[in-house]
Amino acid sequence: MLELKSVSAGYGSFQALFGVSIEVRRGEAVAVIGPNGAGKTTLMRVISGLLETTSGEIAMEGRSLLDIAPHEIVATGIGHVPENRRLFPRMTVEENLKMGAFAPAARGKYKERLAFVYDLFPAMMERRNQMAGTMSGGEQQMCAIGRALMTGPSLLLMDEPSAGLAPVIVQQVFDLVRRIRDDGYTVLIVEQNVRQVLKLVDRAYLLEAGTVKSGGTAEELLGSESLRKAYVGI
Amino acid sequence: MAFDIYLLEAIINGLLLGGVLALLALGLNLIFGVIDVIWISYAELVMLGMYAVYWLHAYYGVPLVLAGFIAILGVAALGFLVHYLVISPILSSPPINQLLATGGLLFFLQAFAMLLFGNEFRNIGLRLPIIVIADMYISFARLLAFGAALLGMVALYLFLSRTFIGTAIRAVSQDREIMAIMGVDTKKVYLITSAIGGGLAGLAACLLVLQYDVHPDVGLSFGPITFMICVLGGLGRLLGGFIAAFVMSQFITIGGLYLDLEWGYVLAFVFFIGMMFWRPQGILGTRS
Repeated sequence: MLELKSVSAGYGSFQALFGVSIEVRRGEAVAVIGPNGAGKTTLMRVISGLLETTSGEIAMEGRSLLDIAPHEIVATGIGHVPENRRLFPRMTVEENLKMGAFAPAARGKYKERLAFVYDLFPAMMERRNQMAGTMSGGEQQMCAIGRALMTGPSLLLMDEPSAGLAPVIVQQVFDLVRRIRDDGYTVLIVEQNVRQVLKLVDRAYLLEAGTVKSGGTAEELLGSESLRKAYVGI
Repeated sequence: MAFDIYLLEAIINGLLLGGVLALLALGLNLIFGVIDVIWISYAELVMLGMYAVYWLHAYYGVPLVLAGFIAILGVAALGFLVHYLVISPILSSPPINQLLATGGLLFFLQAFAMLLFGNEFRNIGLRLPIIVIADMYISFARLLAFGAALLGMVALYLFLSRTFIGTAIRAVSQDREIMAIMGVDTKKVYLITSAIGGGLAGLAACLLVLQYDVHPDVGLSFGPITFMICVLGGLGRLLGGFIAAFVMSQFITIGGLYLDLEWGYVLAFVFFIGMMFWRPQGILGTRS
């Protein structure tokens, strides 16, 4: 479904990704794990067009994403839940969700998808007129996921959904992610919470210093001695 | 204390003045909030709008309302062009360069108007009645300007809160970097915002030309105060600017009642400077 072939990217003279190749197949949940500064967020940003690729190839359903404008990538079915949620703090929950349906193709399905998101997250329905910036971290994460779902994605990119949340909320967010993948969405998730996320996904890639160090099924990675020592801490 | 009818009159006049100032501040604030560029030359767009109404109505005999609509559309187109020709090529330049560019545009437009229209003070020659209510004198032109400014602001509010593109305009002002993942082309939003900002300047021009003479430097008499109102309210914060416009106008009219009109302005500016020490980020602004 999504294929990256030796993708490089960076910020100015700083290169963050060095020839990264990964693949996500339809119906899979795939994690990208690795230490701080490994380029995980950069990877998500090049896929959704927030950052330009300097070399390599990115294709969604066989179609190259590099020759279409960044704001048109969402129409290929890629929904992005960005790092730190990035809600519009001085807009209501419902207005945030509305922005997810901005693309012309999504606008016609606005009401329908809004009902779907409220059905999935009844708490968002209750808070639909509240300013997004005044909600708790967990609720904001829900809203950010809801906003990405409003785009009508077939592939959902989730960048550290558990970051900055209280431990009890982290568990809820992981339950949420599980529900979403069980609903049939293909998920590519970046997480520092390695042990938790490996329980959730089919496969994972280990990213270090901008390159893919290893990859495999979640069981393989959990079984790998070096990975366990370095990231799982058991 | 006896009921002071003059004070009430001053308060009402302040309210009416505040409406037009709020409209002016709204346009400047909208553009700053969304595009992050200060149009130093905003009041010069208003000046050109005033000339448009003057020439169309007083010279070519176009009915005033129609002349007003043409002026609004014309200044909206001008706003679009200002972004397209001046701002967008320097969008990623340092802020100081952007200020210099829009500042340069101010002198260009002033000189342009001077060359084209001359230095005369021109008046559309409209005589609107003075309304007398309980010994208070209220200018009908001011009342009309206040009503139209309010209507314009309500229309903008509905546009920004109800439509997809209006919501996107507000969203850009809160987080421009992630708009692409919403499917929003910020370049297009900037152009639409600039046209709306121009349209608001055009509306303000229609309302000001009812009360004031137009000349090439007329922008200087309300450009600086508009800018101060925006800063006082918190740059880019539409509601803050709206509130600040009424605060400043009350200082001007009430101060003008007890002292001279000029002293009203002095009081307003002293208040502004004091506020900058106490709350430099503005009434509704947040520290960045």
